[in-house]
Amino acid sequence: MAEINLQIDGKKVVAQEGMTILEAARSIGVEIPTVCDHEKLLPYGACRVCTVEADANGKTSLVAACQQPAANGLVVRTRSEKVDRIRKVLLEQMLSHAPDAEQLVALAATYGADRDRFDKEASFCILCGLCVRYCAEIKQKHAVGFFERGSKREIAFIPEVAVRECWDCKECFPLCPTSALQAAYVLTEALMTPPEVDGPGSGHACAGHKCQCG
Amino acid sequence: MDIGIIDEIIDKHGGESGALIQILLDIQGAVNWLPKEALARVSEKLSVPMSRIQHITTFYKTFSLTPKGRHEIHVCLGTACHVRGAQDILATVEEVTGVKPGETDPDLNFSVETVSCLGCCALGPVMVVDGEYHGNVKPAETAKVLSQLKLTETAEALEKLKQSETAEVLNLCACQ
Repeated sequence: MAEINLQIDGKKVVAQEGMTILEAARSIGVEIPTVCDHEKLLPYGACRVCTVEADANGKTSLVAACQQPAANGLVVRTRSEKVDRIRKVLLEQMLSHAPDAEQLVALAATYGADRDRFDKEASFCILCGLCVRYCAEIKQKHAVGFFERGSKREIAFIPEVAVRECWDCKECFPLCPTSALQAAYVLTEALMTPPEVDGPGSGHACAGHKCQCG
Repeated sequence: MDIGIIDEIIDKHGGESGALIQILLDIQGAVNWLPKEALARVSEKLSVPMSRIQHITTFYKTFSLTPKGRHEIHVCLGTACHVRGAQDILATVEEVTGVKPGETDPDLNFSVETVSCLGCCALGPVMVVDGEYHGNVKPAETAKVLSQLKLTETAEALEKLKQSETAEVLNLCACQ
């Protein structure tokens, strides 16, 4: 495989083709903070906390390190005034959802983020997509997904699938960076409305009262 | 709803998962909304998870997960239409149809939606009724167009009633 030479925080790095900036940085022990990254899942670029400055062809751009492929001659800065400011605001926005989330509080201390800067949001969910992606990529059950868009975007369980799969799994709960309770709440909400008994295509959907098939 | 129509639409697109949005659009066109059974069928035949279908159907405003009226009325509230009195048009639409934006009446006659720009600002204020554009509309004109629709609806409803058994019963009652 072709080798790629780039520079991260002044250190020369030799990366393999196909590596992202985040992977290249980790290979030399340079820490880039992440929230939505997970070793078993594909890069998603939802939280943007891994944003870094990258110089290429005389142009500086801000890129998500978890998604941006390492390229020859790239000069990356993982900490700069601009990057720190961006991370601070991102964290402040996430803290408006989950002011006590351990991971966020730790990062907030590093970047001087004020957890009270924005009004509190009702949902703990920061839309990192870890539960959604874990369910789709690893478990391949697709029990939880994104609904709506923009400011209304939220996660929700598909009741027909959740009633069959979720109760014995719940593997997505501990992945949640903000509050496992949030997923539990959303799951309960989905199961509160039992799926229609005769719904076609819903397979074993008899969670309702009439069923005796266990 | 006849599930056969859904199957036909899916087959027309060769059952390709890549045609998901096209299929959903066709279903929306054929039955005016996306019933749950239809989505379940699409999910099954295309092997696309329901979560993905729900994600897409809640993302695009074209798709409706609740029944829509036979007549769809869109009133543009974009900047150009707004300054030319789109609010008055919307008020008239609400008054004549009795339907608020984003809602449908129980008889499924009308659905009213507001839109943020139709791309023909020179015609503002613009109202679209069943795909037909009405530009430079005045409240009075709006009322006229909608009343005409309402009359047609009533006539059709009466016609149906005439043919039904109810009518026979009513006729009997009238005779006696």
